[in-house]
Amino acid sequence: MATSELDLLKELGDAIRESRARFCYECGKCTGVCPVARYDNGFSPRSLLVRAVRGEGERLVDDVNVWSCLTCKLCDTRCPAGIDYGILTKAVRAVVRREGGEGTCTHGGAVQSLTKIMTARKLKQDRLEWVDGSMKTKKSGDTVFFVGCAPYFEVLFEETGASPLDAARGAVRLLNAAGVTPVLLPNERCCGHDLLWNGDVENFRMLARQNLAMLEESGAKRVIVACPEGYATLRNDYPAHFGELPFEVIHLTEFLAEAIEGGELEFGGAAEETVVTYQDPCRLGRHMGIYDAPRRVIEALPGVTLVEMPRSRERGICCGVGGFQNCTSFSKMIQAARLREAKATGADALVTACPKCEIHLGCALSDPALSDELGLRIVDVAVLAASRLA
Amino acid sequence: MASAGSAESAAGKSAAGESAAGKSAAGESAAGKGVGAAVGKREGGASAAGAFEPRVVAFACNWCSYPAADAAGINKMQYPPNARIIRVMCAGRIHPAFVLKALELGADGVLVSGCHFADCHYLFGAKRASEQFEKTAKLVHLLGLEPERVRFEMISAAEAPKFVRVMHEFVDDLRKLGPTPLDGAEQGELEVPGAVGDEHT
Repeated sequence: MATSELDLLKELGDAIRESRARFCYECGKCTGVCPVARYDNGFSPRSLLVRAVRGEGERLVDDVNVWSCLTCKLCDTRCPAGIDYGILTKAVRAVVRREGGEGTCTHGGAVQSLTKIMTARKLKQDRLEWVDGSMKTKKSGDTVFFVGCAPYFEVLFEETGASPLDAARGAVRLLNAAGVTPVLLPNERCCGHDLLWNGDVENFRMLARQNLAMLEESGAKRVIVACPEGYATLRNDYPAHFGELPFEVIHLTEFLAEAIEGGELEFGGAAEETVVTYQDPCRLGRHMGIYDAPRRVIEALPGVTLVEMPRSRERGICCGVGGFQNCTSFSKMIQAARLREAKATGADALVTACPKCEIHLGCALSDPALSDELGLRIVDVAVLAASRLA
Repeated sequence: MASAGSAESAAGKSAAGESAAGKSAAGESAAGKGVGAAVGKREGGASAAGAFEPRVVAFACNWCSYPAADAAGINKMQYPPNARIIRVMCAGRIHPAFVLKALELGADGVLVSGCHFADCHYLFGAKRASEQFEKTAKLVHLLGLEPERVRFEMISAAEAPKFVRVMHEFVDDLRKLGPTPLDGAEQGELEVPGAVGDEHT
């Protein structure tokens, strides 16, 4: 059922208020700094915002630009009016989706199907086969390690050279080494991040409710998440939708940095020398404000030297695709530029803390011309750290 | 099934009649919203008084498996009418996403059928199809679904009897498995009793 323009405006009202969109004075800094707009002349965050505020909801339904935003929040760091573009984008997409608008799913919509399948209550997944005898885990306890979609990504994105499961294995080994035996949920669902950011609030809530029920049942006091998207979703969006959580949510790198500094986690061995640079995942950095923890972990690793890219921390450039939709030639341009920037630091490897950065940048790097030119490796921070365990 | 009656008469046989096992589909929610024509609606079996009729989506390649199905029809060979056949140029194009989409929308089983390796019209397509299916099978396993819900076959244009046999076997297997646990996955009707924050809904 189509809603009227007035209804759309009304629905967007809260988001416009909350995001401070009315404070926009059309300076265009958001568009100037936007990594998509840098390559895509047709995309302008400023123009989208202005149209949303004017209530041009119906015309936004057919506008592909609604889905072009990476939701990386780089514009927010520059906005002199302090507008939260993410809040607005989320709301605009939810309204547009209800009116029948949709972004173009990447990978044939496989990820979207997987996440929607996971809303099924009767599902009994078989997702923990990657845990081997060398890792200590348990069925219930204080600390849950939220694995995320790694087992599925491992299968789907084999060609990109990314191994999210290696990152999960590394994370469990690191937790074990720091004296923590984590609980792994055998039927954990997707956190719902992509659905939420692509406007499918209903299915997001179904996933969230199931995860919350399982986490509560596990007796968790603390949930450690390695995936920045899962971390941001559990920490920000679950409470926003369901109230205060009965447990604490922390990112793996926060835990590791504290464990290292508290002397509970030690590295050692004669490891080969390597120079790395760090890709700030947008969810971990600009969304959650965690810039230092991963750097503290990397710098504590023996034989590892960290060098910074010119655009790092709050200026870091996103990996080019958000929510597994609208991967375009512009995404590839963003990725190639980012990889060249990483190489120019003199690093052998680009370290990231996000499986999606690893997948998307790995995909760009699977272009033989680019990989021959750069000779750069992409490695997850947990994999790198676990490789330096004593 | 949207049109169980007509589909059955088209194949000339009541597949419902031979249902041995299978959970009652009556009372199951219709996998209505957003369901593609290929998957159809489960409407509780108009002709089969509540017997479970598996809904199958079959991807068949233009050069081998689809002509095999065609030949089975021309020769009036009998096989269960449970499959909606989707003709594709090459089974190598069947990315896991397509199989997952069918499952998401409530298909009880998905068949991917292409050429034998040496027969492929595109030379590499059959190989590609089996590689893609390997991924599909892994994902289906991770989801905890029975491996029998997805099936890969190589059926040449001359193998109409094989197509018929595969259809019989597949539908029989699915009948034993019962309905997909994903029925209604997309309907927004699943609630978790006692979940945190239900009162905020």
